[in-house]
Parts: sequence; C-alpha cells; structure tokens
Amino acid sequence: MSDIDLTPSAGADVGSPATEAARPTLSGPPQRGGVKAFLPRLTGKLAVGLFLTIGISLFAIIAPYVTQDPRNYDSDRFLPPSGAHLLGTNNLGADVLAQLAEGAAGSLMVGLVTGGIAIFLSLVFGIIAGYIGGWTDEVLSLITSIMLVIPGLPLIIVIAAYLESRSLIVIAIILGLTSWAGPAIVLRTQARSLRNRDYVAAARVAGERPHRIILVEILPNLLPLLAAQFLGAFIAAILAEAGLSFLGLGPSGSLTWGVMLNQAMAHNAFQVGAWWWFVPPGLLIALFGCGLSLINFSIDEIINPKLRNAPAAVKSVRKARKAGAEVASSATPKEA
Amino acid sequence: MTGSLEVRDLTKDFKIRKGLKSSHLRAADSVSFTLEPGKTIALVGESGSGKSTVARMIAKLETPTSGQILLDGEDSATHGRGLREYRNNVQMVFQDPFASLNPFHSIAHHLERPLRIHGQAKTSDELRAKTLELLERVNLLPAESYAERRPHELSGGQRQRVAIARALAPGARFLIADEPVSMLDVSIRLGVLNLLARLQREENLGVLYITHDLATARHFSDEILVMFRGKVVERGPSDEVILNPQHDYTKLLLSAAPEPTNQGKLRREVREELASGVGPGDRFGTSGL
Repeated sequence: MSDIDLTPSAGADVGSPATEAARPTLSGPPQRGGVKAFLPRLTGKLAVGLFLTIGISLFAIIAPYVTQDPRNYDSDRFLPPSGAHLLGTNNLGADVLAQLAEGAAGSLMVGLVTGGIAIFLSLVFGIIAGYIGGWTDEVLSLITSIMLVIPGLPLIIVIAAYLESRSLIVIAIILGLTSWAGPAIVLRTQARSLRNRDYVAAARVAGERPHRIILVEILPNLLPLLAAQFLGAFIAAILAEAGLSFLGLGPSGSLTWGVMLNQAMAHNAFQVGAWWWFVPPGLLIALFGCGLSLINFSIDEIINPKLRNAPAAVKSVRKARKAGAEVASSATPKEA
Repeated sequence: MTGSLEVRDLTKDFKIRKGLKSSHLRAADSVSFTLEPGKTIALVGESGSGKSTVARMIAKLETPTSGQILLDGEDSATHGRGLREYRNNVQMVFQDPFASLNPFHSIAHHLERPLRIHGQAKTSDELRAKTLELLERVNLLPAESYAERRPHELSGGQRQRVAIARALAPGARFLIADEPVSMLDVSIRLGVLNLLARLQREENLGVLYITHDLATARHFSDEILVMFRGKVVERGPSDEVILNPQHDYTKLLLSAAPEPTNQGKLRREVREELASGVGPGDRFGTSGL
C-alpha cells in the first residue's frame, strides 16, 4: 500500500496531520467500565423498584420472627385491624399479619425456585439450540415444542394429585419444569439472530471458544430478556401456586399468599367485609411484581445505553418548548 | 519473516431452499491467489460477486465446499489448536464497525481478549500496557480514555480503528480487510486507509483489501483481482488492470467510475435509457456477460 497525498508538498511524512486526517476527538468523561458497568445506574425507577422488592423480601425474612404465631387460634374471629392485631384476624382467629409474613416467605421461595429452574432450562435449550444450530437445534427444538404443547395446568394437577405429600419445593420444581418452554423459544430465536452479528463473528476470528462466546458475548445482550422472563416466571409461579392451592393441590401444611387468598375466598371474607384478610396478600403480589418490573427497566438501560439519555432528551425538549412559550408570551424572557 | 497465505481453487456453494425445491448458488468459483507479506491484493467486484464469501472462508467463518487454504505451504486446520495457530497469523477487519464491536463491552475488552487468547500478554499489567499500546498505534489518543469507553461513545472511524487494533492484537501476519471503509464517511476514509497502509509497512503485513472502489484499489494495492459472479475474471498488477482492462466486466466497472470530464453525461445517459424503455433487468449492462 502507499499513502495518497492530498497535498503534493506534504511528502511521505506518515502520520502527519495532512496524510492521516485529523486525530479523532472525544467529548465528555468516559462512562463507567469494569464491574460497575454491569450494575444499573441508580435512578428514580430503580430506587422505587429496589425499595419495593427488598422491602417485601426483608418482610418475608424478618417478619416471621417478630410477629405472633400464625397458627394460634385463640383470638376472636374476624377482628378488624387494631393494636393487638395490626391486620386483624381471620375466620379461625389467627393473626393475619403473622400469616402474611409466613406466606411471603413461602410465595417468594416458590417464585425464586420456579424462576430459577425455568430460566436455567430455557437458557440450556434456547441458547444452545440457537447458537449451535444443525442437529442439536433440531433435537432441542423438538423437546421444547413438545413441552410447549403439553397443557401446563392439567399436567401440574395430574402430577400434584399423584404425589401424596407435596412440600413447597416439590410444587416449585413442578412449576419450573412446566414453564420453561415458552421462554426457550424466544431465547432460541434471539440467539439465532445474535449469532449472526458481526461481533460474534469477530470473536470467533479472535479465537474465542464457543462457551465463552455464548457466556460473554451473547448472554449479556440477552440480560433484559432474561430478566423479563425471570420476572414473568416468578409472577406466574406465584399465581400458579395460588391456583393449585385453590384446587386443594397446593403445598400441604404450608402457608403462602395464594393459600391465604384461597382461604379468604373459601370462607366468604369478601361477603363478611373482612378486607384486611384478602387485600394485603393481593396488594403484596401486585407491589412485588411492580418492583421487579421497575428493576427490569433499569437493567434495560445497561444493555441499551440509548435509553439512558431518553429521559434527559424528553426533559430538554420540554424545557425548550417552555422557553419558547415564554419568549412568545413576553418580550423579555425571564431567568429561570 | 517469509511465508505466504495461499488460496487454491476455493469454491463455495450455498444451498437455497425454495419450498420443497432446493438449488445451489455458487458464491465463489475456483478462486486462487497467493498473499505475500508486505504485499496488498485488492479484490474488487460488485455486490454479490463473492468477495465477502472469499473473505469469510479465509477467516474460517465459512467452510469451503472445495479447495484449500494454505498457510506457509501447509494446509490450514479447521478446528482445535491448529485453527488457533492459524488465527494467530490471519485476522480480519469487518465491514461494519457499528456491528463488529459488542455494545456490551468496553473497548479494552475487545483488545484484551485476543491478546490473552493468543498469549501476547500474561499478567494484567502487561495486558493493560499492550492494550494502550495498540490504541496508540491506531492513533486513538489519549489511550487510557478510549480504553474505558463503550463502542456507542465512538464515531464510525474511531470504531474501525478499534477493529483494526483488535485484528493486530494477536500479532497476525495477514490481514483480511473486508470493505473496511465502505461504511465510513467519505471524509475519514482516507485517514483509515492511510492508517492501514502505515501499519502494513511497519509490520510487513500481507493485506487482502476487498473493495468496490477501483480508485483506492489502484492506489493501495500491488495486484488487483476482479471478481464477477464468483469467478475471478481478470487479474494483474493494479496499474495494468486499471489502465489496460481486458475483460468486458472490468471495462464496465471502470466506465461506471465517476470522472470529472463526464459530468452530466451519465445523467443524460440514464434519462435516455429510461426514455427508450430498456427494462431494469439490464440497467447495469451485465446480463450479456
């Protein structure tokens, strides 16, 4: 190769400004790198999400030690909230707050285990099928498709009915084994798209091994999807567990939010007007889902950095419009 | 260091499925050439002529249907330690700098991985020093500041410099540059090409420069290969090919290049062609070739 000289007098001075174009310039301080880059930035959304999720999780961990015995039936029935019973009592005279605390631990445990199993299986089946392709893809996709068309709830009912004693863990494992197929199909499609990106090809040319390409180059770009799916599996597990409990196939002898809702419904809490029995578990399910979604939005911003600037851009447009309106309304714009 | 990267009768067929019928598309047909250190071969041709397929086969991203890729006279491996050894010597710069860097990772990550994989650096201090040195060599200064950035903070030209640095990281002797400047602004193309030329001189690299731009092909390369529908239809020293084209397709390519004296003429020709009602099938005059 030989340099093209735009200016004949510049000669062959390699690296001079004339031949090698102006040196690229940078603006602004570098954004964070290293381990910190993996963590979302603390925004209002993330703060609220973390507050809700951590708050409810702490409630599930700590409250059972502080509250009364959830299976002490000495108090009167259907007592409204008072100093002695902060959330009143249920049809048997048990303290609702104590039941809520123990139910939180049970529900979150089912959600976590189910979400974990579902995500792990969907990762194995989805990403390996999508990245490797060929016969591996055919076999793994076939298994995924079979799992997808098996109706979930009836299968769970059959399995749950077959098992004589059902602990929370068993329920969680059954739910996990029946809920991974949908996410796996989405992940497979996404992995198929990502494997054709140039940066994956570049990693292969650089000599990266397949497992590292999957884990380091492809997986981080799937994080928001995984987070969304984990969230979905989490919430779906809590609801499915409530559904099983409603049919009398829930965990035997354990308390969860689902069991509480089921008991409240079975014992006419709504007709009696005992809102303190069914509102708290329902509200906690909703708030927990809300908190996880807000965290999910923040994870989205790490993966797609363009989203970080979106709120600022909207704000500046709003500011400019306001300034424009002020200029139009008064001849001398005021200092804000 | 002497040696060569030789491509012998490289052929690639793609299977095209259309419903139940399947047909074969020959993307590259018996392509042969020898790349030597310090020399540049330009591969020119229109879109779809098989240039990139040849590049991807040499980079071992596609498996050739038939033919051989020989490094220093020996057949190259397709997997395992042999492939790693091959990649030590042959690297590639991709066309689109916006797609070839992982948006999730910092610039430093993109350079550290090849350095580590190919044993160029053992300790993390050494790794850091080599990364910064690479960034300095592609004129990204201050290097410390660039190392911590993510690809989205850089312009197209800056990203392509990072991609070039990544290709240099394993200490390669042969570089495949697949249209390295076609996605960049015209104003920064020359800078990137001159950078490639400088690095080539410093390292005595053998470069396969893939392009559709005949002007830069002539200036930057010693030999030009013209590809048309998978076949090499003309080859020779670059001035020879440009000044004295033999094949009809090469003549057509040259006539399509803008020339100041022709200003306005092409537009007139297009208008006449449209007025005369010649179908779009022969817009580029290649159907008779």
